[in-house]
Amino acid sequence: MMAAQIDAADVETKELNDRLRELLLSGAKRVSIRNVCGQRYIGTRLYTPQGLRMDIEVFGTAGNDLAAFLYGHRIAVHGNAQDGVGNTMDAGEVVVRGRAGDVLGFSMRGGEIYVRDGCGYRAALHMKEYQGKRPVLVIGGRSQDFLGEYMAGGVVIVLDLAGERHDAHFIGTGMHGGVIYLRGSVEQSQVGDQVEISPVDEADRAVLAEYVTRFMERFPETEMTKEEILASGFVRLTPRSRRPYGNLYAY
Amino acid sequence: MKSFVFPEFQVIRDEEKCGQCRGCERQCAFGTHTYDPAADRLVSDDHKCVGCQRCVVFCPKNAIMVRPSPSFYRPNASWSREKIEDLKRQAETGGVLLTGCGSDKPFRIYWDHIVLNASQVTNPSLDPLREPMELRTFLGRKPDVMDISADSGEVEIRTELCPNLVVETPILFSAMSYGAISYNAFRALATAASRSKTYFNTGEGGLPREMREEFGRCAIVQVASGRFGIDAEYLNIAQAVEIKVGQGAKPGIGGHLPGEKVSSSVAETRMIPQGTDAISPAPHHDIYSIEDLSTLITALKEATNYEKPISVKIAAVHNFAAIASGIVRAGADIIAIDGLRGGTGAAPKAIRDNVGIPTELAISSLDRRLREEGIRNRCSIISAGGIRCSSDVIKAIALGADAVYIGSAALIAMGCTLCQKCYTGKCNWGICTQDPRLSGRLNVEIASQRLSNLISAWSHEIREMLGGMGINALESLRGNRDHLRGVGLCEWELDVLGIKGAGE
Ligand code: SF4
Ligand code: SF4
Repeated sequence: MMAAQIDAADVETKELNDRLRELLLSGAKRVSIRNVCGQRYIGTRLYTPQGLRMDIEVFGTAGNDLAAFLYGHRIAVHGNAQDGVGNTMDAGEVVVRGRAGDVLGFSMRGGEIYVRDGCGYRAALHMKEYQGKRPVLVIGGRSQDFLGEYMAGGVVIVLDLAGERHDAHFIGTGMHGGVIYLRGSVEQSQVGDQVEISPVDEADRAVLAEYVTRFMERFPETEMTKEEILASGFVRLTPRSRRPYGNLYAY
Repeated sequence: MKSFVFPEFQVIRDEEKCGQCRGCERQCAFGTHTYDPAADRLVSDDHKCVGCQRCVVFCPKNAIMVRPSPSFYRPNASWSREKIEDLKRQAETGGVLLTGCGSDKPFRIYWDHIVLNASQVTNPSLDPLREPMELRTFLGRKPDVMDISADSGEVEIRTELCPNLVVETPILFSAMSYGAISYNAFRALATAASRSKTYFNTGEGGLPREMREEFGRCAIVQVASGRFGIDAEYLNIAQAVEIKVGQGAKPGIGGHLPGEKVSSSVAETRMIPQGTDAISPAPHHDIYSIEDLSTLITALKEATNYEKPISVKIAAVHNFAAIASGIVRAGADIIAIDGLRGGTGAAPKAIRDNVGIPTELAISSLDRRLREEGIRNRCSIISAGGIRCSSDVIKAIALGADAVYIGSAALIAMGCTLCQKCYTGKCNWGICTQDPRLSGRLNVEIASQRLSNLISAWSHEIREMLGGMGINALESLRGNRDHLRGVGLCEWELDVLGIKGAGE
């Protein structure tokens, strides 16, 4: 079936999302939106009790809160995305063929996000997992400070494909669940007190292989090969305790 | 380490009356009472008693009395017993002092310094038993102008109206999360809200799936900094969504639901693994400005297809009225303002007792500020924190609130005695606990009946008072400070409240 087309030039956020919702309700399975220029909340208004699903392609720059509260749809952005991609997302997939802004994957609880290039501050903040839901965030470039702060679950992989070295600080402050993999290395001074840095083992390599493979399928233009990436050194960041603040109080 | 703190309460058992049934032993989760088989009598360890009065109420022989311990330190105006003992506890543990409930400190309770008006001779009072009295309240944004057409006698509203919550009485249940309170208490609130045609607020712990269909129509769901239990269905099944920025009992700080309380069903509702700490960071880390707040408000409107009003709850602090104005401009349809005496399941005592301002002053300054700016119609005000009775409600409304949230009052209706030990998870009244043995004590049917009774009693009293003032609709009292006078208040207090002194 042909993808439905929307030309977003000069279309306000609300109207664009009205149209997306109408298409979803009328049974469209694929939508392609051209000339997106900062319109926000793409994918947010697509909840239906019956759980209808849609694939959305976005050409241009997606505005704030792309895929916020996303409920199982798939969104691919050919361009950059602003702040708040996948905010409190529940399920689905977001692919950004470019870079993402701040608070990427904030509080996300399910689904997968792949960002080809880097991202801003506070990525994966308070990401959490629950039962079968384990959110995954793969970043091709680097992330800035506060990556994985208060992280309570899920998998974050930062590939730093350009080999610029991780220069973020306060990584994993308050982390109490989940795991962060960084290609390359990181100093203890760059991570929160609650975080343990360790080498990756077999099981970690398997997780990395799975998601790097998926990353490469989405971004075949990547210069490094999958094998090269997987052969690189990685470090694993995990919380020292699931109860980082357990001893704070007098009873 | 030997504790130097002496018992707060004294448990006195009338041996004549006691029938050794051991009921008190079973009632007290703090382990105060034990049976001594050798002597065939019950003994009590005063050290363990928190004064919740459960055993007193449930002793079939009325044999127990629990009262504050008469022991004292040398009286000292600066070093009260509480100050000395708090300090000792910290010296013994090195920890932050935790407490539950609203502040018990003697800040001035303005409700008790405000009196209401009544009609005499002219503008006669109305008889609520005979006249219809309108308490129905609409919460949400109202249009700036109302465009109507009245062709051929048919009146039609042309302006597109924003979604509003409709409550039959201006009393809603405040946010109390499943996790902080027991499932039965949570369900009792929901049941009573549904029965009394008002709303309960899920707090930040999510809404159990099996309750969604039945109670979504009377639920306000919260989105707090921890973003627990939130998915698109949760947002859409509710009637309104509330962004929790602050809470009167602990403005400016977050919260930790300790792992011990994250039972399997609490975990499922919050959508986190069992046994992990549920950490709510102090701020929402996606909100660092009014613009960011506006982004989240709009995201929630988008996520709910513009069908629900969005509320923002903040604690009343020094410059909150200016901030609230920003919040209204950011698109909030309701502002919930929680004052200094607002309750909590757990808060650091230092914060609870020292941060924030009383709700009475807050309502008035917020209402005035929004009126002065000409944006009062754009949002409704729900006042919370320290509402104890129907006259507090009616005074809140005359000071400018549209409705009130009750938290502690609702818990008291279910049995809470304000013992302040909610954070221990051992609530003997089955309210603030996840221990099935304790929560099972709270019968949903009876507790919800008690709540509904409270709402109907207060609503009736409000009608009486309204009638006495010669007013037949709550709408006419809203922000109508002429019906209030202050007694024993200073000039600045009267100014902030916007009321005259009694006799003026
Ligand atoms: S804590 Fe409550 S139940 Fe236990 S002894 Fe004291 S008053 Fe009785
Ligand atoms: S809810 Fe329970 S623990 Fe908390 S104050 Fe009331 S009676 Fe005490």
